[in-house]
Amino acid sequence: MRAILAVLLENEAGALSRVVGLFAQRNYNIETLTVAPTEDLTLSRLTLTTTGDQDRITQIIKQLDKLIEVISVTNLCSADHVERELLLVKVRAVDEARQEVKRSADVFRGQIVDVTSDTYTVQLIGPSNKLDAFISTIGDNGADSIILEVVRSGVSGIGRGNHTLSV
Amino acid sequence: MTEMLSGGDMLIRSLQDEGVEYIFGYPGGSALHIYDAIFRQQKIEHILVRHEQAATHMADGYARSTGQPGVVLVTSGPGATNAITGIATAYMDSIPMVVIAGQVPRDLIGTDAFQETDMVGISRPVVKHSFMVRDASEIPGIVKKAFHIATTGRPGPVVIDVPKDTTDPAETFAYDYPDSVNLRSYRPAYEGDMDQVKIAVAAILAANRPVFYVGGGVIQADAKDSLRALVRAVGAPVASTLMGLGAYPGTDKLSLGMLGMHGTYEANMAMDDADLVIALGARFDDRVTNNPDKFSPKAKIIHMDIDPASIDKIIDSHIALVGDAQWVIEAIWAEYQSQVKARSAQQSDGQAEHLADWWQQLDGWRKDHGLNHALKPEQGKAILPQLAVQTLYRVTKGEAFVSSDVGQHQMFAAQYYHFDEPRRWINSGGLGTMGFGLPAAMGVQMGSPDAVVACVTGEGSFMMNMQELSTCLQYGLPIKIINLNNQALGMVKQWQDMQYGGRHSQSSYSDSLPDFKTLVEAFGHVGVKVSDATELDAAMEWAFSEENKNRLVFVDVWVDPHEHVYPMAIKGGRMRDMILSKTQTVGSPS
Repeated sequence: MRAILAVLLENEAGALSRVVGLFAQRNYNIETLTVAPTEDLTLSRLTLTTTGDQDRITQIIKQLDKLIEVISVTNLCSADHVERELLLVKVRAVDEARQEVKRSADVFRGQIVDVTSDTYTVQLIGPSNKLDAFISTIGDNGADSIILEVVRSGVSGIGRGNHTLSV
Repeated sequence: MTEMLSGGDMLIRSLQDEGVEYIFGYPGGSALHIYDAIFRQQKIEHILVRHEQAATHMADGYARSTGQPGVVLVTSGPGATNAITGIATAYMDSIPMVVIAGQVPRDLIGTDAFQETDMVGISRPVVKHSFMVRDASEIPGIVKKAFHIATTGRPGPVVIDVPKDTTDPAETFAYDYPDSVNLRSYRPAYEGDMDQVKIAVAAILAANRPVFYVGGGVIQADAKDSLRALVRAVGAPVASTLMGLGAYPGTDKLSLGMLGMHGTYEANMAMDDADLVIALGARFDDRVTNNPDKFSPKAKIIHMDIDPASIDKIIDSHIALVGDAQWVIEAIWAEYQSQVKARSAQQSDGQAEHLADWWQQLDGWRKDHGLNHALKPEQGKAILPQLAVQTLYRVTKGEAFVSSDVGQHQMFAAQYYHFDEPRRWINSGGLGTMGFGLPAAMGVQMGSPDAVVACVTGEGSFMMNMQELSTCLQYGLPIKIINLNNQALGMVKQWQDMQYGGRHSQSSYSDSLPDFKTLVEAFGHVGVKVSDATELDAAMEWAFSEENKNRLVFVDVWVDPHEHVYPMAIKGGRMRDMILSKTQTVGSPS
């Protein structure tokens, strides 16, 4: 089971290392991690994706909650939520690939944010599985892959409607 | 008028304002401003150990026996790393402790400076929380928070890393110690949920074969009176964890003794056969449950713990109670009284009659395989280690504080010294730290100067921190060390006997042991060696005699090196699957 954990924590030196350390120490897996201060600069908001059965996810949430600097934790997947991730991908764009990449980027509603004579850099925002689909569409060529570099931001998420995570 | 104090003085003043009696520590470069502040005051006594690990264990023993947080002061680098084992020991057993570590000056942090180590980083997995002082003015607030966090909720060690320049005597600040702490991200539950309490009581009243499974949390919460009232009202048996010994009196007829890997036959059989397990301040450790998939298969589980993360971690509970043990147990007791009253209006039989069949079963188990058979001393025969503990028990009338190290002697002490009061049994249960016993006993003696304090140890564990004999002389600590000397790492050897065809890989050193009597004499103490069972009584009486009231005495008891600890759980099995002796096994391996 995949979980997207939204964590509100004190924006203090060392707080992030406790979160990351907890995962290593207890043999939990981190798939993606993104963190930044909120509009209240004393707080950081962290979104973390992990996998495990229900017992494990519950235990991860409890262990996170036990960290002194963590104010609240929720699993976004347990209710309606919006999930977004940013992808930047640099591809070799020559000959027919130049048109092909442009067409695929349009289909996925991506933008070309940098151009050279033989490369494109495409920016794409969406749920992680949409990003996966785009990468496999343009990169599905084995040894002749045109992908030069992939950068993903990791998942950010927020609950839909009136659900909020606050102090 | 506010006083102007340096960072070092503010640190010590904050500890005074926190009511600290003792600091256990060892000086070094980064901590010298703080040590100078200690020198210039009288309220707090500093105890100088011989190794930082011992400082942490001393603070730990002090905390376990008095209920007050232990305070440690070490320098940066090796001072800090030497403290780690003791911090981890306290963390695993949820012991309140504040560890202050010197650090290199702020402008040298990260430069691989002399005696620099990332103490916050290296201690992170074994602390409840940690602080790095970034500005001297933060010191009083950080100390206040550290004690608050260490002593509330599920207690634990807190580290404060103090860069040397933040304690500089040349810079002063207005000192103001905060009255209270408000941490928006830390609000441990104290009161439990009354609805859950009601459900739990109904389950207790409905049970035919209930058993209380009592852990260290009950002792931490000083909940012995409520526990005893509840247990006696219900009339159900009590099985105690290694950490919970003494919460309920070990000599009471409702006590089944310790449960788990080396628990009593009757405690483990009761847990396996119960229809209701009432876990109070216990965490279903693997040394208790054996195979969690086969744990108490017929039982409904009530689990009370102050740490929500302990609930459903190993064993799923049917009724969860999160809160302070004292609060919750008292609430259960009060609710139990009122439900019994309401019930007896309709039914005539009380809970006691209702549990008669269960007690018949329990007494049968107890009769067959209790630990309480007398071990007779026989001339010329090797001393059984169990006999040594029984003799200690008799001579000290069961009233001593007993610390232990880790291994066979620890289990013999837990099995044969029947603790009737909490905070008397001081041992490293979770981490299993050899070398804990002597310094922990020293901390106990500091906290209770007039009490009789015994350290039951083995020659292997004792040699891990024996340098502290020197500290004992310096502070006049009249500890009685009972060394169950089997000339080997007994528990390792036992496992090698049972699981590795008797191949004793690296578990023996019998031809190179010191003469412990001479050794302790060199440190200014007295000792006696006993190898004949018939001389044991006299030696033990002498150790605890008036003559030795103010002296540390080392009793080197040469015990049967072939003895094993039984009962022993069969790995992977149910709790009822046990090896009872070298020739008798009950239940079956998985």
